[in-house]
Amino acid sequence: MKKLLLLAVFALASAVTYAGGYRVSLQGNKALAMGHTGVAVINSSELVFFNPAGLVYLEDKFNITAGVHGVFSNIAYQDAETGANARTDSPVGTPLYLYASYKATDWLAFGLGVYTPYGSEVKYEDDWAGSHLVNNIDLKAIYIQPTVSFKINDKISFGGGPIYVTGSVNFNRNLNRTLTDLDGNRSNVTVDATGVSNWGWVASTMVNLTEDLHIGATYRSEIILDAKDGDATFENIPNSPLTPFENTTFDASLPLPAEMTVGMSYDFCESWTFAFDFNRTFWGVYESLDIDFANPDIPDSKNARNYKNASIYRFGMQYEATKMFTLRAGYYFDESPVQSGYFAPETPRNDSNNFTAGLTVNLGEHLQIDASFLYSYFKEVDASYNYYFENGVAVPFKGTYKTNAFVPGLGLTYKL
Amino acid sequence: MKNILKYTFALLAIGFVSCEPEFDSPVTNDGFYSSGTADLSKYVSVGNSLTAGYADGALYITGQKNSYPNIMAQQFAFAGGGEFYQPLVNDNTGGLLLGGTQIAENRFVLAVDANGNPGPVRLIGTPTTDVTNHLPSTYNNMGVPGAKSFHLVAPGYGNVAGVATGAANPYFARFSSSETATVIGDAVAQNPTFFSLWIGNNDILSYATSGGSGIDQTGNLDPSTYGSNDITDPNVFASVYSQQVDALTGGGAKGVLINIPEVTSIPYFTTVPTNAIPLDAATAGALNAQFGAYNTQILPGLAGMGVISPEEAAMRMINFSAGQNFPIMTDDDLTDLTAILQGPPFSLPEPLAMLLGQLRQVKSDDLIVLTASSVLGTTPDPNNPQGVIGVSIPLSDQYVLAVSEQARITAASTAYNATIEALAGAKGLAYVDAKAALSRVANAGIPYDGGVLTSQFVTGGAFSLDGVHPTPRGYAYTANLIIQAINDTYNATIPMVHIGNYATVTLHNN
Repeated sequence: MKKLLLLAVFALASAVTYAGGYRVSLQGNKALAMGHTGVAVINSSELVFFNPAGLVYLEDKFNITAGVHGVFSNIAYQDAETGANARTDSPVGTPLYLYASYKATDWLAFGLGVYTPYGSEVKYEDDWAGSHLVNNIDLKAIYIQPTVSFKINDKISFGGGPIYVTGSVNFNRNLNRTLTDLDGNRSNVTVDATGVSNWGWVASTMVNLTEDLHIGATYRSEIILDAKDGDATFENIPNSPLTPFENTTFDASLPLPAEMTVGMSYDFCESWTFAFDFNRTFWGVYESLDIDFANPDIPDSKNARNYKNASIYRFGMQYEATKMFTLRAGYYFDESPVQSGYFAPETPRNDSNNFTAGLTVNLGEHLQIDASFLYSYFKEVDASYNYYFENGVAVPFKGTYKTNAFVPGLGLTYKL
Repeated sequence: MKNILKYTFALLAIGFVSCEPEFDSPVTNDGFYSSGTADLSKYVSVGNSLTAGYADGALYITGQKNSYPNIMAQQFAFAGGGEFYQPLVNDNTGGLLLGGTQIAENRFVLAVDANGNPGPVRLIGTPTTDVTNHLPSTYNNMGVPGAKSFHLVAPGYGNVAGVATGAANPYFARFSSSETATVIGDAVAQNPTFFSLWIGNNDILSYATSGGSGIDQTGNLDPSTYGSNDITDPNVFASVYSQQVDALTGGGAKGVLINIPEVTSIPYFTTVPTNAIPLDAATAGALNAQFGAYNTQILPGLAGMGVISPEEAAMRMINFSAGQNFPIMTDDDLTDLTAILQGPPFSLPEPLAMLLGQLRQVKSDDLIVLTASSVLGTTPDPNNPQGVIGVSIPLSDQYVLAVSEQARITAASTAYNATIEALAGAKGLAYVDAKAALSRVANAGIPYDGGVLTSQFVTGGAFSLDGVHPTPRGYAYTANLIIQAINDTYNATIPMVHIGNYATVTLHNN
């Protein structure tokens, strides 16, 4: 009877869901204003991220650029069958970046970059309709990348370097759809891991076909964040031997997938530049998220993700309007890595259309202010996550999602 | 420069305005769901413990929040429904105080005993809901635990002074509008635009749960003479029920009427098997030897004398065998033979005559109530290990709902339901066949997105630990049934709920 109850009431094969499509493409105000193109655009030390090989072609001896974006992202959910509805109240994300480059000789340059290409911060109202999948999540990954760039000649250069990643995750969800303590407070778990680190690398090349036409390619390796001995904290657990839940530690692995970018830029009519980038993110590595609780009585949590590799098509335009102002605009189409039936509410990403704009204000010879703006438009989508299980039975969580994001950004560039 | 700034700010402004994503057709918009020809702006629910959200043998806050009227009201809110207020008790302990003295028990929780076996136990703790703390407001949920049909129209049913003597109801005394108020009067005074009425369950239920120890009052039209475990006369029911419907519809309100389920499909009557006594061959043989003369001489003798019918003689035969056996019981519907057996020709000693006086074995179509599980097979006298209840000591009549008693319940509830259905038809009100629905739960079960809802005690999901009242999931299923009936009758599109999102039994070790 006890066994039966354990099974019947608390099979924890349910989803601990971290994040889906948690790539955050905000690695420079100049590039973002042009649809986040940049693999073949030679204009600042943002190249540390976009294409290290290009650094050696910068005219400046020294170029440092830093900035911040304010991410206002919103998710609305509703289920017309029951009337259930929810809106996220996510805090404003503020991803930062800092790049510096130093041209040591005519053919050799060094660079350093600190940036945050992966992350997710989503906060639903506690105990909302999908609270058994996620109440809130905060995922951060900081990349630190020393870089070297050298040219073979004026036509071709190479660049690259190691990447050190340090990350953290804090995630809360209810244990299932119904378990509560005596007073009806929903039982939930928070998993928290900080200082999770690992190494990766980046390699790239830049080819100048003519003075005006550039081609670039960059490959950033996959990095797996292995969380060891993170804290799993259980709250509002009923006082009963029928529940196995008590605070423990956990191990889990979260992949930060590899990304390949190829692209071109073309300068025309004196002051115009057109850029195109193609990204391929190798999300296929994210098959399943498994949380291994140290306490053997607490069932491990296995969660199918089954992401697919996904592409992004980016287009950007730059116009040097005056000596003081450079104007930029762009567009990109971002293909979702989430496959049908795997649409989980912690980052409900369907394909999106993204519109960008921005400008640089030259304050004298050395200082620039960079501003950008991104609007991400997602179509309303009916979707479901079909891999949450209760008593061995799949209980799909379905509904209609409508998401968007609005991202203003501001940066400074100093060059010598 | 000016133009550039202007355009930049225009662009930023567009971004901020578009910041909140909007659905093409939001469920929260007026008109997404329709109440049809009903007006849900002021919903009042009238009934008994089921309407109050009573569960686990008590009224407590989380139970009330999962009452079917409250679940419905939350769904009504999508279709023009207004606020819905309930007379919430003080805590999740359950239980009631009257001037500091506890008068109603705490809730059950599912606990695990020292041997690892789960079972319902009363939660330990002191209740904080005192009936003498009168609530000043009025409440949409007029569910009063314990109320029978005729109580709803009885003045003084909410008079706190009458609670101690049983003349008034402690739950209604908490929020009645005056000492002389009636439940139905307080409901009507709120000018409901929509109502639900589910009453009559207790008119048969207390007779059933007491193992038929009350009286079937069919034919007695004066409910003031009824005992608490009696069956209400169907004409009394029809009369008060139609008064209530007239009162509730008087202001033009529409509503829904819910009929009375079969009490015999709830776990209180179906959990303890009728053949609960395991015996080995030697014990069975020894017992049969003791009853040998009774079976072969006394019973045929009595039948021959015409004291009992041959059928009754057959029914009173006692027989044990190796394996599972029917316990012996006292059945007050049998001829009382105590005096006769003490006289000639039997001349039995008084204790034996008393034992055999109304003795029979439980039959497979009797129902043993849930509370019998704590007495069956026990030895009440620790100095007499031979004195086992169900084997050598008969199970009291209050633990068994005999076939004859079941028939009285069925007759009464069938009559009540005929009244309810006829009135729903005559008044054009929505009608819910809860009897058929509960029977589906008890038989095939109701599939939902996480399993199958059944009437299995503890694990089935539909019934709370008192074996009589639903769990939140059972109440959610009830709410869906009622919403379905409202949608059908009034051409409405009120959304239902996922019953898998509602909890079942609460785990807690004291």
